[in-house]
Amino acid sequence: MLRLEKRPSPSAFWQWATPVLAVVLTMIAGGIMFALLGKNPVEAIRTIFWDPLFNEQFAAYSRPQLLVKAGPLILIAVGLSLGFRAGIWNIGAEGQYIMGALFGAGVGLALYPVETRWVFPLMVVAGIFGGWLWAMIPAILKTRFNTNEILVSLLLVYVAQNVLASMSLGLLRNPEGGGFPGSRNLGQIPAMANPELIPGTGMHWGVIAAFMVVIAAYILLQRHILGFQIKLAGQAPRAARFAGVNPQRLVLLCMGISGALAGAAGLFEVTGPSGQISIDFNVGYGFTAIIVAFLGRLNPIGILLAGLLMALTYIGGELASFMLGLPAAAIQAFQGMLLFFLLAVDLLTNFRIRFGTRKEAL
Amino acid sequence: MDIGGINPAVLIASLMVASVPIILAAIGELVVEKAGVLNLGVEGMMIMGAITGFATAVATGNPYLGFLGGAIGGAGLSLVFGVLTQFLLANQVATGLALTLFGLGLSSLIGQGYVGIKPPLTENVPFGPLADIPFLGTVIFDHDWMVYVSIGVCAAVWAVLKYTRLGLILRAVGESHDAAHALGYKVVRIRMLAILFGGAMAGLGGAYISLIRVPQWTDGITAGAGWIALAIVVFASWKPWRVLLGAYLFGGITVLQLNLQAAGARIPVEYLSMSPYLITILVLVIMSSGKGKAALNAPAALGQNFHASR
Amino acid sequence: MTGTARELLAVDNVTKAYPGVVANSDVSFSISEGEIHALLGENGAGKSTLVKMIYGLVKPDSGTMRFRGQAYQPAEPKAARATGVAMVFQHFSLFEALNVAENVALGMESPPPMRELSGRIRSVSEEYGLPLDPDRMVGDLSAGERQRVEIIRCLLQNPKLLIMDEPTSVLTPQEVDILFKTLRQLSAEGTAILYISHKLEEIRTLCDEATILRRGKVVATCTPRDRSAREMAELMVGATLTPPARAALPKGDIALQVTGLSVASPIPFGTSLKDINFSVARGEVLGIAGVAGNGQDELLLALSGELRTAASTIQIDGQPLGAAGPNQRRAAGLVAAPEERLGHAAAPDMSLVENALLSAAIRRKLVRGGFIDWDATRSFAADIVADFDVRTPGTHVAARALSGGNLQKFVVGRELLQSPAVIVINQPTWGVDAAAAAAIRQAILDRAALGAAVVVISQDLDELLEIADNFAALNEGRLTRPRPVEGLTIDEIGLMMGGAHGMEVAHHGH
Repeated sequence: MLRLEKRPSPSAFWQWATPVLAVVLTMIAGGIMFALLGKNPVEAIRTIFWDPLFNEQFAAYSRPQLLVKAGPLILIAVGLSLGFRAGIWNIGAEGQYIMGALFGAGVGLALYPVETRWVFPLMVVAGIFGGWLWAMIPAILKTRFNTNEILVSLLLVYVAQNVLASMSLGLLRNPEGGGFPGSRNLGQIPAMANPELIPGTGMHWGVIAAFMVVIAAYILLQRHILGFQIKLAGQAPRAARFAGVNPQRLVLLCMGISGALAGAAGLFEVTGPSGQISIDFNVGYGFTAIIVAFLGRLNPIGILLAGLLMALTYIGGELASFMLGLPAAAIQAFQGMLLFFLLAVDLLTNFRIRFGTRKEAL
Repeated sequence: MDIGGINPAVLIASLMVASVPIILAAIGELVVEKAGVLNLGVEGMMIMGAITGFATAVATGNPYLGFLGGAIGGAGLSLVFGVLTQFLLANQVATGLALTLFGLGLSSLIGQGYVGIKPPLTENVPFGPLADIPFLGTVIFDHDWMVYVSIGVCAAVWAVLKYTRLGLILRAVGESHDAAHALGYKVVRIRMLAILFGGAMAGLGGAYISLIRVPQWTDGITAGAGWIALAIVVFASWKPWRVLLGAYLFGGITVLQLNLQAAGARIPVEYLSMSPYLITILVLVIMSSGKGKAALNAPAALGQNFHASR
Repeated sequence: MTGTARELLAVDNVTKAYPGVVANSDVSFSISEGEIHALLGENGAGKSTLVKMIYGLVKPDSGTMRFRGQAYQPAEPKAARATGVAMVFQHFSLFEALNVAENVALGMESPPPMRELSGRIRSVSEEYGLPLDPDRMVGDLSAGERQRVEIIRCLLQNPKLLIMDEPTSVLTPQEVDILFKTLRQLSAEGTAILYISHKLEEIRTLCDEATILRRGKVVATCTPRDRSAREMAELMVGATLTPPARAALPKGDIALQVTGLSVASPIPFGTSLKDINFSVARGEVLGIAGVAGNGQDELLLALSGELRTAASTIQIDGQPLGAAGPNQRRAAGLVAAPEERLGHAAAPDMSLVENALLSAAIRRKLVRGGFIDWDATRSFAADIVADFDVRTPGTHVAARALSGGNLQKFVVGRELLQSPAVIVINQPTWGVDAAAAAAIRQAILDRAALGAAVVVISQDLDELLEIADNFAALNEGRLTRPRPVEGLTIDEIGLMMGGAHGMEVAHHGH
């Protein structure tokens, strides 16, 4: 018989080993899933995890994509992780991402055809503001009316998607687009574009922002009293209050930061890799970032690695879909599975597993 | 007697149909939460039920087996949630989210071969001449059997929680698992059963969407119904009959905005489509702002994991 | 009870070990029918584990039990109840949001329909002098009334053996008298009672026999009436104890002034504070007594700043700080130690270093410009561990890894080492072994001698009478006028604590 025994202190080893173990278990379970779909599991796993980086035929295209995809995931996940640590569950990053893109693009397009170098920074500020504003709705409802932020932030994603549809068909539609939905291509307007900064790397301003945010969050959590308060509020809310933490302020702060970062990610995406506002320019980064945040153990450095890994599954998934005919949905299920395994093995951090019912006395 | 091109009897009848998935999912989640467990994976379980139900119905040609398949699909996914949270003590919020993300992916994977297929038709319950009664006939006696099942489940859950020992034990476990454990009740077992019931109900609700409400399979078919069901449980302050009320209210708004869209109202389609979500938020705000009155009804141990240490 | 009573329960060489600790080692004792048998020992002596085995919540590793001569191995509480063993818990077995009848039904194997059950609750409660309304919500009941719910739940099953785990810790002295009458009545009717306590005088007045446990072993069996409290205490503790030393001190200026403090409880089913007034001078120790749930937690929250009121209600060294948060009050010189160590005073999963930062950041200047000085924090944590003799492998371990007593020493030490002007402590020695408790009390008195104003909230009357200069009691959120401890009688204290909560007529006719 298996028994669980609580460890006196959380295990430092398992804290870092659990994500690795979860990835390995997901590869095994995913392999079984791919086999059930009639694909060679070894080949599928290799196509997803190896070929994008090291296959000469694909690497030239795939490697830059790694940063392109990891950038927004990391940017959003770092923001979410602060809230998750404090027990504040913003799961509507997808909506904040959309609103950031809309606000930023809206400011840019309103200034069109002004061609000064201040347009892009202004759009970034507007994008950050848009995401922040959208996140402030659940935050203020939570602090004022004690409304559940999980439900409100999530429901606002559906609202944001409808706003996006309305904007790309109406207000922001390209007047020279021949009636097709979608805005002007921001990537082709020099004052508004977020280009690849170093050719062949995929590095754009959003990726730079992501790296900077990782460093800032690391310092915040390690050395700053605010980071300490965030951790404390999540682990022991009553102790946090005793320590003088104002829970309301923390909600506003954590929701605000995560919304702002998601908004920034949306703006960088819509001015760069995606290029324009369209009904479906968003591809679910806001939701995948939740997996990234957990996979990175809510730690900025961990999130950096997890973001890269998750980006790899996106690119590898596309490749597998192209090469092996693996359905795109299989990758989504694969990513969900990763989160399951992570949550399952997380137990090892705080508990020991023992066999048998008899306990030896010391 | 149409009002602005909308027939009230048809409106009420169709809101009853529109509410069925949410009633089923919400009443299931209510039982889960009464047992002290917060399963945020309702959306994922619903969509799993939607595809497994659809696939079963198409494979067997029998819509009733389809509903059974949907319930099993939802319960199957909830079993994963149960094992993770009850045995492996994973965080309930995170696990619920994982359930939704995984359910969306897996359902779309299974659903690949089912796009564009029509499911077998579910017949309405034959009430004979009753269905011809003006107004009442349309409102009450002209539905498929799941509409009546959804109301029946509400009644049954209400009666079980209020009058039976099983209901008392369930509420006790949700109030304080430590006290229940001290009295010798099997906390984990009771919670697992509640989670499975919740999963089956969500799956049934999902199957209703793909088999009757839409009826076909598309990716992301549940479109947030699971999240609205979660909100309805809060709205109902954990009381079964108020789940019915909340779901009908929500169903009414959905049907009304669809009717307005069809009637070519001057409000843009997107703003009508977002209205149910906005109104759900508004209702959540109203319910939670009453100086914590609604919160007092919440089971005290909601969302806390139980581990019998000694 | 007769002299030749039959043996009811015999426990033979029972051993139970948990990882790292042997809870019971070769424990043997027996109880006769109708006997009131005391199980005496300090916290952690193994009393709880032993009764959990008798009640079927825990299985012994080895050893046997007999009930009326038959082998007795309850696999679960259900089996124990079926045999005739019932238990009144100290904590954790009532459901606040359910009513009395529902709570009773949950503790029974096959309860009658609710209406019939309500009737039986009324009749049993009258028969044993324990008035109780079956329709009331348990969350609204006082601690004493909640205990009645548990007792009645047991009595409805006609138990042969009733286990009571520290029943008097939640009662006023008058309520204790009423309980003892009920227990004697039960004993006279043939029900045996296993009475767990560490209060020696109670055991001497109530119990026929006593088994004394220390560190999981039976160290003595005796007839309590024939032994002095001191003899039993030394058997229980295994050492001679010295009460804290203190010199009469001249009192200084008023350091803490509370005026007209009324505030609603933030805790569900909590007690709101109603017009509380008191002041504490430098060097003075004010002891605040009261039965659990009469506003102690709320008073601590209101004083620490976790619960805010109008500025003028709380003055620290003359500054009106009723509207200020915890850190502003710390800056003004007030430190506080809440009752609940894990989760309130300390974060369970954080290291002792992080927990040192938790409340000392302001007064020890551990944060500069928002950034944490971890070196200074580490050395502060190490100072606490050294000065207060906290037994731990190091300051890097998580707070939850410490035993209750050691963590309490750490928490109290953390607050006392901040050179405070005002100290507020709720239950300073709850669940702490006698040696550590004595050390904590001495440390508090030392701080008072250095000129701090001290408020000690405690449910342990002996503790308060030992260290306090002035004494007041909380009763349903109201505080009595503080009185000097010298010359107070136990009856007066009982009345200050609220007498017997409307139970004066309870035992008429018995």
